[in-house]
Amino acid sequence: MQMTRDFSHYVRAAGAGLQHIDLAVEGVHCAGCMAKIERSLSAIPDVTLARLNLTDRRVALEWKEGTLDPGRFIDRLEELGYKAYPYETESAEASEVAEGRLLLRCLGVAAFATMNVMMLSIPVWSGNVSDMLPEQRDFFHWLSALVALPAAAYAGQPFFRSAWRALSNKTTNMDVPISIGVCLALGMSVVETVHHAEHAYFDAAMMLLAFLLVGRFLDQNMRRRTRAVAGNLAALKAETAAKFVGPDEISQVPVAAIHSGDIVLLRPGERCAVDGTVIEGRSEIDQSLITGETLYVTAEHGTPVYAGSMNISGTLRVRVSAASEATLLAEITRLLDNALQARSRYMRLADRASRLYAPVVHATALITILGWVIAGASWHDAIVTGVAVLIITCPCALGLAIPTVQTIASGAMFKSGVLLNSGDAIERLAEVDHVIFDKTGTLTLPALEVTNAADIPADIFQLAGRLALSSHHPVAAAVAQAAGAKSPILNAVEEAGQGVRATVDDVEIRLGRRTFCSAEALVSGNNLDPEASIVAFSRGSEKVVFSVRQGLRPDARAVIAALKARNIGIEILSGDREPAVIAAAHALGIAEWRAGVTPADKIARIEELKQRGAKVLMVGDGMNDAPSLAAAHVSMSPISAAHLSQATADLVFLGRPLAPVVAAIDSARKALHLMRQNLWLAIGYNVLAVPVAISGVVTPLIAAAAMSGSSILVMLNSLRARSGSREIV
Amino acid sequence: MEILVILVPLALALGGAGLVAFLWSLRSGQYDDLDGAAWRAIADDDPPQDRSV
Repeated sequence: MQMTRDFSHYVRAAGAGLQHIDLAVEGVHCAGCMAKIERSLSAIPDVTLARLNLTDRRVALEWKEGTLDPGRFIDRLEELGYKAYPYETESAEASEVAEGRLLLRCLGVAAFATMNVMMLSIPVWSGNVSDMLPEQRDFFHWLSALVALPAAAYAGQPFFRSAWRALSNKTTNMDVPISIGVCLALGMSVVETVHHAEHAYFDAAMMLLAFLLVGRFLDQNMRRRTRAVAGNLAALKAETAAKFVGPDEISQVPVAAIHSGDIVLLRPGERCAVDGTVIEGRSEIDQSLITGETLYVTAEHGTPVYAGSMNISGTLRVRVSAASEATLLAEITRLLDNALQARSRYMRLADRASRLYAPVVHATALITILGWVIAGASWHDAIVTGVAVLIITCPCALGLAIPTVQTIASGAMFKSGVLLNSGDAIERLAEVDHVIFDKTGTLTLPALEVTNAADIPADIFQLAGRLALSSHHPVAAAVAQAAGAKSPILNAVEEAGQGVRATVDDVEIRLGRRTFCSAEALVSGNNLDPEASIVAFSRGSEKVVFSVRQGLRPDARAVIAALKARNIGIEILSGDREPAVIAAAHALGIAEWRAGVTPADKIARIEELKQRGAKVLMVGDGMNDAPSLAAAHVSMSPISAAHLSQATADLVFLGRPLAPVVAAIDSARKALHLMRQNLWLAIGYNVLAVPVAISGVVTPLIAAAAMSGSSILVMLNSLRARSGSREIV
Repeated sequence: MEILVILVPLALALGGAGLVAFLWSLRSGQYDDLDGAAWRAIADDDPPQDRSV
């Protein structure tokens, strides 16, 4: 059978006879990797561009049309030791990038205007106490207006638009007081300038915009980064399938290019990427990623298979069906939709703060105006004082309080192996007081391990490992990995559904089913645990059995203990059988567990905990966990999780250890603490500044100093989120 | 004080030039990969024999 790889789905024309492809690259860390990859790829003839983006971990490639197969780039990267997969930009990510650029442009304009207006303001401030002529002051004020008004109209766009959207929906947000404050400050300054007054607030308005845009840009930048991470994760899943393009010809194509009715080939050891029905072949399939059940299911003609199932023993031909026909998936999708709707009701800390903020500030300004009028001041003076109150209370530090902490905390989390999938996850994670773990693939490692390696003589283990290299069976792969075998035995023969055999030094060796190695007797006396798969090995009359199962994550016990020490409730909800769940719960010292639960049961349990006021963190990897991941207050998935679960989870953690779960909770708690502190700093500043503003003695100099002082204080405080990403367990 | 007629436009023009330079650098994608750009500055040039054919 011929095998080709088809990447045409990802290749796009770049104009001038060039073609372009983006690849997500795994394992790129440093400048060395960057130089190595770029040099090696641009050494391929006809490649016109090879540029690696170290931030997004993607490489952009361009070459002369029709000269190269993109698969060659992937092979070249593989030789260098990097895994690469074609990457398709989602429209959501593209719009985030465009928004980020707009914010940066606005920030540039606002910063330019702030600096130039300040250059004009400082002579006025020093001239007011010395010998500046009123005509000169007016001239400087008019120049300031000339710079500030167009700049504010441009750089204020993000705020004005968002405020307008909120007002036309008859709600209010943080941007409404900002827009009102900026417009009033500029308007009042123009009126004052016309009347040859001493004070104008062009500099304060521009500085406010510049600081707020910094906060807005950081916030947006974090969202863009998390989106890029999520996009790479999806690409690195390498969701491809072997599709039949002729009766005897298959092509490895991306899942996006597979339609219902197509026939795909599923070989042993492969994970199914589509939903469908078996039309030919017989095998065992592992559906643990979908149901949590670790026992294999027999698949034959007519058996439905779902994306995420692992094919174990035989080769299958699968006819692709529409996802909606699959009852299990339809059920999961329905639950997922409901759960996601419920979650969007969470209100971010920043929104809660702004909801309180706007009415208080506007009421204060109004009372100031009325108070001064009652006290006998002219309307003009009263309004000027009222606007000064609005300027000085404008949420400059408030706008920086949360994004700065989020940016720095997400960087610290990234270092401890946690990727953020949603921006407000930090706030929600910090409130967690109850953790629900899925068992299979979450508390246990997704890969199989040999549990009785210590009982087996080293030379036999080594030989079995080498023999196992000749088999596609995942259990055999686990034996080979455990033995660290590198060189396969040359004349090994695989007997489908039975095992592998070979002859070494005139002695026959066999690895496979107990019956295949005639080792039934060994197993009955050696019945280790109900979850393990048993694989037998024989060399002549010597016989041993390997017990292979999913092992617990190496630090799972310590992580559970660390969570308990933080007074967090822990339980296991698993779709697996009771004995398997009991075994894991005992090994980890978890008192509360439920076995054999369905996705709906999991949600019911989470709802029950919510009713009691618990904030639940759900950690799971299976497709059956996806709805409960969405229903929980906040959710985490390991990197090995099913696609759907990973897309739903708020955070994704990397690697074998479970420690990132605790590390993430700790960083989030610290970050929330700093956010609250920042909000108090911002409020404290207002408490000090507002009485000064109300009393009417505020000059533009005081406004500028107070505004920049509080912003810098908040930013410095946020930097503390970086420290203390220490070892937890 | 007549010097202001020269100095003020000069200052504004210099500021404007800075802004234009920033917008140009943004448009040419210099902020797309801040992590990588930091390292590119100190990377060695390609040795001649490694150049693409």
